[in-house]
Amino acid sequence: MASISLTVNKKKYQIDADPEMPLLWAIRDLIGLKGTKFGCGMAQCGACTVHLDGEAVRSCVTLLGRADGQEIVTIEGISDNTSHPLQKAWIELQVPQCGYCQSGQIMSAAVLLRENPHPTDQDIDEAMMGNLCRCGTYTRIRKAIHRAAEIMNG
Amino acid sequence: MSQNLIVKDSAPRSGLDRRHFLRLSGLSGLGLVLGLGWKSDGHELIASGADAVTVKLNPYIIIESSGTISIMNPMPDMGQGTFQSVPAMIAEELEVSLEQIRILQTGGEKEFGRQTAGGSNSIRGQYQKLRTVGAAGKEMLILAASQRWKVPVTDCYASEGNVYHKPSGKSFTYGDLAEAAAQLPVPQNPQLKDPKDFKILGKNYPRPDVPLKVSGKAVYGIDVELPGMVYASVAHCPVFNSKLISYDDSETMRIKGVTKLIRFQRALGAHKYDAIAVIGDTYWAAYQGKLALKTNWDYEGNDSFDTENYEQTLRDMSGNEGQVVHSDGDFEGSFQSAPVQITALYELPMLSHSPMEPQNCTAQWHGKDRVEVWVSSQGADRVKSEIAKNLDIPSDNIKVNILFSGGGFGRRLYNDYAVEAASIAREMETPVKMIWTREEDTQLGPFRPPTFSAMKAGLAADGKPLAFQHKVISPSMGSTLEDKKDTSGESSSMTEGISTQAYELPNMKNEYVFSQIHIPLAAWRSVTSSTVAFAHECFIDEMAEKAGMDPLEYRLQVLLTKPSDTKRLLLKLKEVSHWEKALPEGWGRGVAQYEFFAGLGGYVVEVSSKDKTSIHIEKVYMVIDLGTVVNPDTVALQVEGAATMALTAATKSAITFRNGQTRQTNFHNYPLVRINEMPEVEVHIIAEGGPKIRGVGEPGLPPFAPALANAIFAATGKRIRKLPFNMNKV
Repeated sequence: MASISLTVNKKKYQIDADPEMPLLWAIRDLIGLKGTKFGCGMAQCGACTVHLDGEAVRSCVTLLGRADGQEIVTIEGISDNTSHPLQKAWIELQVPQCGYCQSGQIMSAAVLLRENPHPTDQDIDEAMMGNLCRCGTYTRIRKAIHRAAEIMNG
Repeated sequence: MSQNLIVKDSAPRSGLDRRHFLRLSGLSGLGLVLGLGWKSDGHELIASGADAVTVKLNPYIIIESSGTISIMNPMPDMGQGTFQSVPAMIAEELEVSLEQIRILQTGGEKEFGRQTAGGSNSIRGQYQKLRTVGAAGKEMLILAASQRWKVPVTDCYASEGNVYHKPSGKSFTYGDLAEAAAQLPVPQNPQLKDPKDFKILGKNYPRPDVPLKVSGKAVYGIDVELPGMVYASVAHCPVFNSKLISYDDSETMRIKGVTKLIRFQRALGAHKYDAIAVIGDTYWAAYQGKLALKTNWDYEGNDSFDTENYEQTLRDMSGNEGQVVHSDGDFEGSFQSAPVQITALYELPMLSHSPMEPQNCTAQWHGKDRVEVWVSSQGADRVKSEIAKNLDIPSDNIKVNILFSGGGFGRRLYNDYAVEAASIAREMETPVKMIWTREEDTQLGPFRPPTFSAMKAGLAADGKPLAFQHKVISPSMGSTLEDKKDTSGESSSMTEGISTQAYELPNMKNEYVFSQIHIPLAAWRSVTSSTVAFAHECFIDEMAEKAGMDPLEYRLQVLLTKPSDTKRLLLKLKEVSHWEKALPEGWGRGVAQYEFFAGLGGYVVEVSSKDKTSIHIEKVYMVIDLGTVVNPDTVALQVEGAATMALTAATKSAITFRNGQTRQTNFHNYPLVRINEMPEVEVHIIAEGGPKIRGVGEPGLPPFAPALANAIFAATGKRIRKLPFNMNKV
């Protein structure tokens, strides 16, 4: 066990936990934010994607010890009142079906748009390949990222 | 809109009478409520007001004097949109907007009848019934207003949760009228709206769950948290039907946070499988404890099972006489004397459902023989009956809370994981959340049955069909899951849709050859049509090729001379896909349709291939025939999703066994289609009204793979008769 300091969605947490515990379970079960999902446990599906110091990581394989002292953003922290352009675009295009993968999809897409405000279809495919959707919302995700880019670029 | 799915009150209670029901649902008061629903026989509409608290009823509509209007949704949402589309049918007739209502999920109470979303049944099965409930409520509220004003009822009308007096413009809210309306007789045959006056149904209404799902606020089964809750991770044997001889938990108990182990049995259908739950303060502790557990299993010979051998068995059985499901004329004689004979064997694999949310359930034991569960499931009623049966407790003692499901696809029709959690909770003082790993979800079934299809056709010299056989060789769902010894009833479900296609095929024979297996098998999105449609529609293409005809024109001109919904569908596909327009060099297009219990859909797929080996999908056109549509955008989503799932099934994954164990474990070796592999799908809906309503969730799946394979044949000349195949190397 170790004492770990995390900043999650701008709030500081001090937790006493196994440093080998994946960040995912600390976020969900110790901090209590359930928007980040467990899908595979081996960085294959992307449902657990969060931002660690601004980078999209798979929290199911990111050890808690590695996150010590760092800044984490989850789906709950990406905007107030569902106002992020990606969230607006997702609602406008009615992207989700079951919705379980969508937190991870949006977190991956947020990094893409920050790095590349005008992505092509190919840019989107490359950035989003790590996020699985069993319901099959891929074509809408592609359209929604383009739409979010439009909203962001005014 | 918030998600009113979690019930705060979890105190022990005796049954779920109306008083409890209202309290549980967080409603404000008794005597101020118009509850409107059906008597348990489903034939009589009844209401309850102040004096009716003891009446057992299923109040689909609850209007409180405060003005809050709640509508019960009996159909769990696993992504197919029922959280909106089912309540919308009531709201339309009740004359309330979707923004005005609170949606509550039913919990398997007997009075609601069927509460299982499956078989693409949620809209087509509830459309008349729920509209009638809404219309009766509206008529009672209007009558209550007219009595209070002492004006003719014909001078009053309802809109947006108010009743208006037309001449004077005065109005009451539904809340003002609820108590009085509750005292009125319930109209048994209320006037339903003319569809042309619909404000909600048939429109692209945004779904209320979408904002929750893009902000991390939607609550799935796995997200439930209760005070004092602990976690369970379960060790199962990867070889089915093995017995647990012994285990060594010395390493497990050294893991910090692990508190105890519970030995129990997983109940799936008629099967019981030995299992051990490791309980921990955190999921991570419980999971580490399970990894450290040393188990000793007796495989009882089941470790010799191998997919390659089993597939050879199915091949060897393809010449066997089967149970005759349908026989028209003389197949054998007509086939033997036909100038042109073609035969082919199609092979379709086992699959796992693999919803994104791994199976999980939270359960709390409430004293003697009472349990409450929080679960992602396709059916609250089924959760209840499976727990009651396997734990041998009265079903009235079971409280079920249905959360959003992270996918279902048929997997969550089987609630073995809820029974597991309840079995574990029985040994616990605290609530417990049990979570499976992805590996368990992939490996433990139940799986889609593999089906092989032995096809034969005799053609005349001009290509006209003279004889046709589709013989399915497969294990069955019922024989494995329910352990049925008599398999004579399995033939119809394992040959689903084959005998009822609109094609005019003389001397047609449909047979079923049953094959034993010990692996649990179950319904997977679009059930047996997900496999047999591939054989059927690819073989029709083979016949068209022999006849030297365009495959769509062969279907339209030779096989569908009479008018039918299938013919209309194919004509629409011809139009929207510009079938007659020439394609670039190296491209090919294919068509397929399938009609089965869930509905009717068809595709045209266009592919290109530079080298006749690697395939790129260029464009997908889909037509679905519904009769009536509730939310066209949701229909489009379901079709886009079905196409994606079908593409995965055709080109990515199969479940196979070696040494009795599922070889696939997680998404690295049971891959799904990713975003870069998914083409655009153009969806067209035929909804011309009429009494027939067809399903949405499944009909988009069966015809996709055959349309793709037929397109690949058109582009490359290569026939695909075994799935999955490699798109980079056909």
